[in-house]
Amino acid sequence: MLNYIKLIVLGGVALFALIAANYARDVAYMVNALTIFLIAAGLFLWTLRNTDEPVPARVRELSYMDDVVRAGVIATAFWGVVGFAVGVFIATQLAFPALNFEWAQGFANFGRLRPLHTSAVIFAFGGNALICTSFYVVQRTSATRLWGGNLAWWVFWGYQLFIVLAATGYLLGATQSKEYAEPEWYVDWLLTVVWVAYLLVFVGTIIKRKEPHIYVANWFYLSFIITVAMLHIFNNLSIPVSIWGSKSVQVFSGVQDAMTQWWYGHNAVGFFLTAGFLGMMYYFVPKQAERPVFSYKLSIVHFWALIFLYIWAGPHHLHYTALPDWASTLGMVFSIILWMPSWGGMINGLMTLSGAWDKLRTDPIMRMLVISIGFYGMSTFEGPMMSIRAVNSLSHYTDWTIGHVHSGALGWNGMITFGALYFLTPKLWNRERLYSLSLVSWHFWLATIGIVLYAASMWVTGIMEGLMWREVDANGFLVNSFADTVSAKFPMYVVRALGGLLYISGAIIMCYNLWMTVKRAPAVEAGTATAHATPAE
Amino acid sequence: MDTYSALRHFADSWGLLLMFLFFVGMVLWIFRPGAKRSHDDAASIPLRNDTAPAAPSAPEKPAQK
Repeated sequence: MLNYIKLIVLGGVALFALIAANYARDVAYMVNALTIFLIAAGLFLWTLRNTDEPVPARVRELSYMDDVVRAGVIATAFWGVVGFAVGVFIATQLAFPALNFEWAQGFANFGRLRPLHTSAVIFAFGGNALICTSFYVVQRTSATRLWGGNLAWWVFWGYQLFIVLAATGYLLGATQSKEYAEPEWYVDWLLTVVWVAYLLVFVGTIIKRKEPHIYVANWFYLSFIITVAMLHIFNNLSIPVSIWGSKSVQVFSGVQDAMTQWWYGHNAVGFFLTAGFLGMMYYFVPKQAERPVFSYKLSIVHFWALIFLYIWAGPHHLHYTALPDWASTLGMVFSIILWMPSWGGMINGLMTLSGAWDKLRTDPIMRMLVISIGFYGMSTFEGPMMSIRAVNSLSHYTDWTIGHVHSGALGWNGMITFGALYFLTPKLWNRERLYSLSLVSWHFWLATIGIVLYAASMWVTGIMEGLMWREVDANGFLVNSFADTVSAKFPMYVVRALGGLLYISGAIIMCYNLWMTVKRAPAVEAGTATAHATPAE
Repeated sequence: MDTYSALRHFADSWGLLLMFLFFVGMVLWIFRPGAKRSHDDAASIPLRNDTAPAAPSAPEKPAQK
């Protein structure tokens, strides 16, 4: 019966997408409409072929739903490499502008590729990592199967569709020019539907849990899902100019719009890239160390302090603007107080290893998780410092900001995701261990050296550029033109691109290692399947 | 009073107080006497039920204790 409803809906969507492609006012909208048509028509045929076939026996409630997590692991690794590759390319474009090819103007120049890079790494790589690990973690810590059956698959594929629509839209010029919220109105609507389904699956699983307590990792994941839903809706309140075009107009304007954008933007960092990934930390670090978290009390204080404080930090992006001083001071003060929960959480993660520090020497996966916590501590120290108004007057609009973001994103988010993928792959594909631990070490060192090159070159060029911009001569005239700073930055831009190259090399080695783990590593023997050890000893 | 002023007034008086009291209450609650056992139990959740859900026969209990 459900299949008949599906057929009607899919047929309707396919027809509407074709009409939309016909009336399209711009190329991006037309390409997106055709993409939706192809997917809806394909699904229509697939559903039609499977309608009235005998339904396979219901899956037992006695197993975890891991196939969607496996798909998520593959998607995370794939989008990671894509996002890093675009990043390396645009970094090289900044050093060598000739790479903005004349024939690709309007598609592959820096301005079009930059949002593709940020969205690919944050939302495609980070988002898939969060969705698949949250599905894995919430099942294990609730001791129950995912709620909602195939709804989890809709979350996975709907999210991939969101990524593809957003990415093709950027290249063809559909953007609402809000940093990290570039997708236009119809893509935002799709994400809203997907996100509500995600919330339902997650909360449904927690509600039917078999454990009396909701484990702290799930608190972090849940706060990430709820807050991102709230941020996404309020920052994307816009009215489409036409139902047949991608352009929309924001409801807010001026400083209200700017404040909403950075309330969104900073909490995307705070809840997407911090709270969600802290959920990963609170599960995978104890698992890999094979001991419970250092202090469960501290983890509860960490959670409430973090979510109470982070939500106020956004205005520090708007120092020296039309935003009233009291508002940006408020943002600055809350950013500085954030030192406390951030470092409390970092200590909690690191001290989980107390009594097992030898694992740092023997277990490269543990090393990866620990260095990610180290980078978390470092970038949550740097961030509050940069939010101080006097520091911000030097650092804002310079490459220092870019370096800060990347030490957080590559160091904290990237490394903990790699650690989680190395942990998950043998478990999900029922392998005894990883294919090669020495390749993990190679990945670790390539990525670490890459981040160091990236962050160090951006500190140097950022501070240099900030000082050059404010330098005045004895008569009060500016000493440097903007082009002077650009040419002075050239060597550092080459170093930055090199750092990115090292980082993506590590990620490609990881993909090879994970692939070979599935193909070659010995399978877990049936009898020991319930008690198999962590892969690294 | 317009909506903005009313909300702002609430935010820097009762709203602030309520959130502060919630936070203090949370800290006092986790340091309550006898909390250690339930915290230890919660902290060890990731170390069990690794490969299969808890058995349906004992629905309201942790799998092993």
